[in-house]
Amino acid sequence: MLHNLRQLVRYRGLIQSLVARELKARYRGSVLGFFWSFINPLLLLSIYSFVFTFVLPSRPTDLEPYALFLFCGILPWTWFSSSLAESSQVLIAGGNLIKKVLFPAEVLPIVTVLANMVHFFLGLPILFLFILYYRHAVLTASEILWLPAVIAVQLVMTLGLALFLSAITVHFRDVKDILGNLLTFWFFATPIIYPMDVAPAVGRQLLNLNPVTHLAISYQEILFYPGPFGHWRWLLATAAASCALFLAGYFVFDRLRDSFAEEV
Amino acid sequence: MNAIDVANVTKIYRRYGQKRQFATLKSAMLRGSVIADLKPEETFAAVRNVSFRVATGTTFGIVGRNGSGKSTILKMVAGITKPTSGRVTVDGRISALIELGAGFHPEISGRENVFINGIMLGLSKREVARRFDEIVEFAELRDFIDAPVKTYSSGMYMRLGFAVAINVDPDVLLIDEVLAVGDEAFTHKCLDKFGEFRRRGKTILLVTHSLALVERFCDEALWLEAGEVRAAGDPKRVVGAYITDVEKSEEEHLAATNARAREAADQGSVPGEAEQTSEEGAASAPEEIPANMFRAGEGRWGSRELEIVDVQFTGDSGRIAHIFHTGEPLSIRLKVRASRPSTDFVFGIGIFNADGSCCYGTNTGLEELTSEEWSGDGEVVFGIESLDLVEGTYKVDVAVHKRDGYPYDYHRMLYSFRVKSRTKDVGIYRPRHRWTFSPNIRFRTMPL
Repeated sequence: MLHNLRQLVRYRGLIQSLVARELKARYRGSVLGFFWSFINPLLLLSIYSFVFTFVLPSRPTDLEPYALFLFCGILPWTWFSSSLAESSQVLIAGGNLIKKVLFPAEVLPIVTVLANMVHFFLGLPILFLFILYYRHAVLTASEILWLPAVIAVQLVMTLGLALFLSAITVHFRDVKDILGNLLTFWFFATPIIYPMDVAPAVGRQLLNLNPVTHLAISYQEILFYPGPFGHWRWLLATAAASCALFLAGYFVFDRLRDSFAEEV
Repeated sequence: MNAIDVANVTKIYRRYGQKRQFATLKSAMLRGSVIADLKPEETFAAVRNVSFRVATGTTFGIVGRNGSGKSTILKMVAGITKPTSGRVTVDGRISALIELGAGFHPEISGRENVFINGIMLGLSKREVARRFDEIVEFAELRDFIDAPVKTYSSGMYMRLGFAVAINVDPDVLLIDEVLAVGDEAFTHKCLDKFGEFRRRGKTILLVTHSLALVERFCDEALWLEAGEVRAAGDPKRVVGAYITDVEKSEEEHLAATNARAREAADQGSVPGEAEQTSEEGAASAPEEIPANMFRAGEGRWGSRELEIVDVQFTGDSGRIAHIFHTGEPLSIRLKVRASRPSTDFVFGIGIFNADGSCCYGTNTGLEELTSEEWSGDGEVVFGIESLDLVEGTYKVDVAVHKRDGYPYDYHRMLYSFRVKSRTKDVGIYRPRHRWTFSPNIRFRTMPL
């Protein structure tokens, strides 16, 4: 396993070009092309803003502007959830490669996660524009410096889950159906559309067990709430959990690796 | 020095039965474990205890029928699948031409695909850039290299895949029946490229159904049958043994087909039907018999006062056969019986190719043999000294009838034989021939 992990470094050229291909191919043939990466989060944001401003307007006042609060959570969540949804299919879709070419299979889920990360990065400028637009001038340098760390933790966690899901979906095709529902549930079990402090005490404890909670809160603290970044202890714990998750995911993937060529 | 060492390799696949087909997470969890449930009858050995070595710089061919495990071995050598037991060792960089263009993305251009495919096959970006022109040149796709791959024809797709794979510059090249993709000119180019590989001391492992290629091209060959090695060593000998075996089973197949056709005809000849056809036959003048032959389908009819009891094909040694080579002798032997003595009888023979065209038809009447007397059992032999037909399966009519065409026993296309030929010439008839050229017109003997 460790040997294979070290091999990953050798594939960085391959991963790089596959991510580039993924991004190019995604919007090939569409009129707006790459702009969809900006437009999609914008549209999503306007839908949520509309619903929570006009349809369900009741919420605490410290959440103004609410659209911004939402955006801080939804943008990373989109990266997380589409990475998982896509990577659960990716080995089956890439069956030809696995069956007919000597190809490092782990490259496929990794490429999926990274391609979605690039979309996340493309959404970030819009988020910053919103922060400027609302003059929500709470960005301090010391807080912003935490942002790469949060992103790194999320990357490691997503990679671990993506590897795990892609490997077991080869054996159990039901995973993709389960996953769709699970992700919907997970979305509401994460403080994205509501702040952590509206949850009752028991619920809060349960939410704390969800690692994505701490990612969402970290993003919100850094980008939305004023004041110093106070969630760093939780973030460090989440980082440790993410590393464990990654190793576990890779371990499962590595164990099942030899069966892919036959089962895909 | 061995480039490839396959030692006692077995590969067991799971067989997907009705039960396993809908295996789900739930059922696996309910039953505890997936692997433990596998009984021997749910597995099947695609390759069993196969060992061979390929010396560095040689070309090794694997032949065998569909499903004999050839491609499984190739995949194990390529490292795509792992053997269930045994060991495969390969020395040097491998390039596997198993599926050409696997991993091409249809939406992006040929140019980008060449780069990504090259990197997938183990080249660096700079190496691909250096070989790019050569690759495009080889694939003959200069004008289309910037078009998305989804617009390519399948030939273009394969050519590009081949060009990338061959330009990876491997030490060991694995080829799985990929020469069938291109047109004639491209196939020659590929063969030239393989020749170049050999000259540069690279190792080639070739899986193919083209036996001529194995004989011409390989230093050693292996014949695989149902996952086991049947013969290995000198390619001529291995291919010879393989061809003999294939002919034997084709032989059996043809014999069974003939027996079945005959049986069906015997059962199907209900009196009414026979009556009708015989009336038709009786009504027509003797010259019109060929016309009648073209109209009728396969079957048997006639009054059977004079009967053809059995039909056999024999070759030069006199043994019964169904497969002949162009130019060999063939005898059609009829066992005949007259239930009452007769003075009015004509024997006829017709040979038809797969299209139903009559290749040859004759009878004793046309050849001005006038019947005099026949009683009891006897034998009629139609001897062909040299079977000058092109490759194909042929059907035979045999008949005995009256001079006016009234059928005693008519067997319509009930018997088949096969003609094989190493020359893939076309048409029906191969006249004995020879080419002669003035000295200033020269031909190359085969290049490899």
